[in-house]
Amino acid sequence: MTSRHATGPHIPGIAAGRIDAATLHENFADLHAAYDPHEAAVAADRCYFCHDAPCITACPTAIDIPLFIRQIATGQPEAAAKTIFEQNILGGMCARVCPTETLCEEACVREAAEGKPVEIGRLQRHATDSLMARQGHPFARAAATGKRVAVVGAGPAGLSCAHRLAMHGHDVTIYEAKPRAGGLNEYGIAAYKATNDFAAREVEWLLGIGGITIENGKALGRDITLESLRADYDAVFLGHGLGGVNGLDAEGADRAGVEDAVDFIATLRQSDDLTSLPVGRHVVVIGGGMTAVDAAVQSKLLGAEEVTLAYRRGRDRMGASRFEQDLAASKGVRLLFNVAPRAVHGNGTVREIEFEYTHEVDGRLQGTGETVRLPADQVFRAIGQNLSEDAGLDRAGGKIAVTGPGRTSMQGVWAGGDCTPGEDLTVVAVAEGRDAAEDINDALVG
Amino acid sequence: MADLTTDFLGITSPNPFWLASAPPTDKEYNVRRAFEAGWGGVVWKTLGAEGPPVVNVNGPRYGVIHGADRRVLGINNIELITDRPLEVNLEEMARVKADYPDRALIASIMVPCEEAAWKAILPRVMETGADGIELNFGCPHGMAERGMGSAVGQVPEYIEMVTRWCKTYYDRPVIVKLTPNITDIRKPALAAKNGGADAVSLINTINSITSVNLDAMAPEPMIDGKGTHGGYCGPAVKPIAMNMVAEIARDPETRGLPISGIGGITTWRDAAEFMALGAGNVQVCTAAMTYGFKIVEEMKRGLSAWMDEKGYRSTHDFIGRAVPNVTDWQYLNLNYVTKAQIDQEACIKCGRCYAACEDTSHQAIAMSADRTFTVKDDECVACNLCVDVCPVENCITMQEMAAGAVDPRTGKVVQDQYANWTSHPNNPAAVQAAE
Ligand SMILES: Cc1cc2nc3c(=O)[nH]c(=O)nc-3n(C[C@H](O)[C@H](O)[C@H](O)COP(=O)(O)OP(=O)(O)OC[C@H]3O[C@@H](n4cnc5c(N)ncnc54)[C@H](O)[C@@H]3O)c2cc1C
Ligand SMILES: Cc1cc2nc3c(=O)[nH]c(=O)nc-3n(C[C@H](O)[C@H](O)[C@H](O)COP(=O)(O)O)c2cc1C
Ligand code: SF4
Ligand code: SF4
Ligand code: SF4
Repeated sequence: MTSRHATGPHIPGIAAGRIDAATLHENFADLHAAYDPHEAAVAADRCYFCHDAPCITACPTAIDIPLFIRQIATGQPEAAAKTIFEQNILGGMCARVCPTETLCEEACVREAAEGKPVEIGRLQRHATDSLMARQGHPFARAAATGKRVAVVGAGPAGLSCAHRLAMHGHDVTIYEAKPRAGGLNEYGIAAYKATNDFAAREVEWLLGIGGITIENGKALGRDITLESLRADYDAVFLGHGLGGVNGLDAEGADRAGVEDAVDFIATLRQSDDLTSLPVGRHVVVIGGGMTAVDAAVQSKLLGAEEVTLAYRRGRDRMGASRFEQDLAASKGVRLLFNVAPRAVHGNGTVREIEFEYTHEVDGRLQGTGETVRLPADQVFRAIGQNLSEDAGLDRAGGKIAVTGPGRTSMQGVWAGGDCTPGEDLTVVAVAEGRDAAEDINDALVG
Repeated sequence: MADLTTDFLGITSPNPFWLASAPPTDKEYNVRRAFEAGWGGVVWKTLGAEGPPVVNVNGPRYGVIHGADRRVLGINNIELITDRPLEVNLEEMARVKADYPDRALIASIMVPCEEAAWKAILPRVMETGADGIELNFGCPHGMAERGMGSAVGQVPEYIEMVTRWCKTYYDRPVIVKLTPNITDIRKPALAAKNGGADAVSLINTINSITSVNLDAMAPEPMIDGKGTHGGYCGPAVKPIAMNMVAEIARDPETRGLPISGIGGITTWRDAAEFMALGAGNVQVCTAAMTYGFKIVEEMKRGLSAWMDEKGYRSTHDFIGRAVPNVTDWQYLNLNYVTKAQIDQEACIKCGRCYAACEDTSHQAIAMSADRTFTVKDDECVACNLCVDVCPVENCITMQEMAAGAVDPRTGKVVQDQYANWTSHPNNPAAVQAAE
């Protein structure tokens, strides 16, 4: 087999155009198709309207799930959407990206009863889609308060906070380092979870409330300082997420072809022609979280011949849910457990990656001494992100320390989302942004 | 396999499942196909008097109540009797009966409340070879405005009079079909009996408005912006129909009068229930209109499997078996005490029992922080609401308290002898119990 005649998945190295445009289009289509109204009615009918429903407790934004499902069942998906948006203004994105299998749907009593929960996520999407398809914004602002709040980062946390503040009549300016708003919704979430430019459409729809200005290309620490924000605004909310990526502690980790999974995904998300996006023939992703799964799956969907997801601990310790793991497996990703990267081999460019098998002894990970080498043209690091910003706030576990609804150690500064402790999920960021906004509102007008 | 052959008024049919007088029995084409599909008999779509037939509306004539997944729970209709000429129907009936001598064929009739009208039509029906007639005193719409259908069925004197005419001019079985749009079903049943009827059949449809179009602000089915009440039928009416059947079956004055049970029968079990309450056979309309003729196959197989299981060799073995257990409230045993009990293994912690009992019943279910639901025996009145709303079958059950035990709610010892309201100390009209 000569490289000159190799096509598609067999093209050696990192190359574009491994599969044709039509297949790519299919590969990156909606992971869960939208319900049609009848499907939604049937799915909604399965909800028992539980007392003090466990699904509500399991939702970080505490959406009144039985109520909105009942509104769908009675033929009012738009009213259902309003119930959702009252708690979670990014209910549309959350419907698409929430790992429902570990949140509301895991708690659903029908999961316990028959292993088939009410499909809350898809119902939420049905409701939010129907309202968002209509012109206009469902909420109105309260009378202007004359107060001004600065928000850093236009990700889920910042947007949710800004929206709630705007609703209360405050004027909000969001400073966003990137050219586009949305945070990881725009740059990180797997493409097949938010198709048709949903992230951008959702931001535009959210801004329909009015009173929010986004200043793109303005980074805290580069273009602006926390001191100036504190001086110029009545309050500040930090929702800048995690800018740094953890490094790979293995020999030769600087060889060409070793990349950050989040950068690969960001490029993919911003690409408007996937046939021109290069990917390796043999791809190895290191990590065990959602980012690792997304990088692996999307590499495979782009046409990589062989994709391996290598995680240093056992399957049960993996951050990605069982659903995500199964999704990866179903797309042809090989899952390798209990292997830790030791060396990246190659002549300037990665050719192989070497792992040592591991086992856990009293909760501590230890190498067994046995190693294995995998061919690799491209290696993705997905072993976690970290806080790159340091505005002089107290920290906890490498993140900005907060008490209650996002109060930082500094008077007048709140924070929420990935940059604060807690699970790194879109829905958690939305909840924290919203709760901080309520607290800011209390502080400003209360 | 149990033998489903049923003898009703001397008319035998291979099974007790007849199609009720309605669109499924409107013409030769339908009835032949119904017989091929296995139906035991049909009551032909109601015939009117000679002359120009009635006309139906030319817009929608049915309304519907849907359950989940558009399951048809009830249909209402504003259709009239047959809109085809009498001669055509009679010819077809004769042909079909000749070709299917083993099946029951009954002629349903509705003509004006005048002796001459009945005297004119009965000999013609006789010539068809039909096994009997059914007098349609039930239609609640349209025909009633013209003094027929339920307009007759609501006046016992008319029922008795017309039945008598029929017994005079016709010598085969006469079945009187009753309307449920009346306060006490026993009155028209008794009138039919007094007029000499061989049987009653019930129920016909119930006056209803199934839905209102909130854009047009008019009831549905809607004809050019207006609607009218129509007759309700299908699974939703079954409980009403069964009570009426049971009332006739157990009343001393009507007891023993053969009954053809109708109203919402959809499965073998529905049929078995009607028959246990005294119906000698059953008639079906909506189920056939919803699923087609083939459903009779499930009914036949199901009834016969159940009969085998129970050791019933013929339908006569169970017809009316539940009638002695239908009684008045005042005769229910007040010394029978039960308590709800929750099977914790089966419970899925939805909390519906708690919401129901706490908000609307007797605050007898406790909910713990970890969502464990338990019945408080000292509050439970055994109303059964929790059992009804629990989504898990047999998760909550009613457990009978043994005689001698103390009911923690009342503090009284459970007695093992039967005692009812008639002798209860709280009853001002109580009969003194024998010393
Ligand atoms: C690849 C990947 C896949 C994921 N998949 C899922 C998923 O399927 N479901 C799920 O629930 N969660 C998922 N997550 C996690 C989820 O995306 C995050 O938890 C969520 O986006 C956090 O929101 P945030 O607003 O705190 O931060 P971000 O979304 O990171 O937004 C922070 C924003 O701040 C901006 N910013 C950063 N620094 C500065 C600065 N100095 N000045 C100004 N602006 C700045 C950034 O450009 C960004 O727009 C995924 C994450 C990744 C990386
Ligand atoms: C469209 C329609 C037309 C009907 N027409 C007649 C009729 O002409 N004569 C009659 O006696 N009953 C008529 N009925 C009543 C049925 O025979 C039957 O009594 C009633 O529908 C209840 O049975 P079910 O619940 O099985 O449908 C009609 C019912 C329907 C739905
Ligand atoms: S737990 Fe499931 S069944 Fe109960 S209210 Fe929530 S979605 Fe409905
Ligand atoms: S039977 Fe009635 S009173 Fe008793 S626990 Fe159930 S709902 Fe409550
Ligand atoms: S209704 Fe049934 S399943 Fe639900 S909590 Fe009560 S006992 Fe358990």
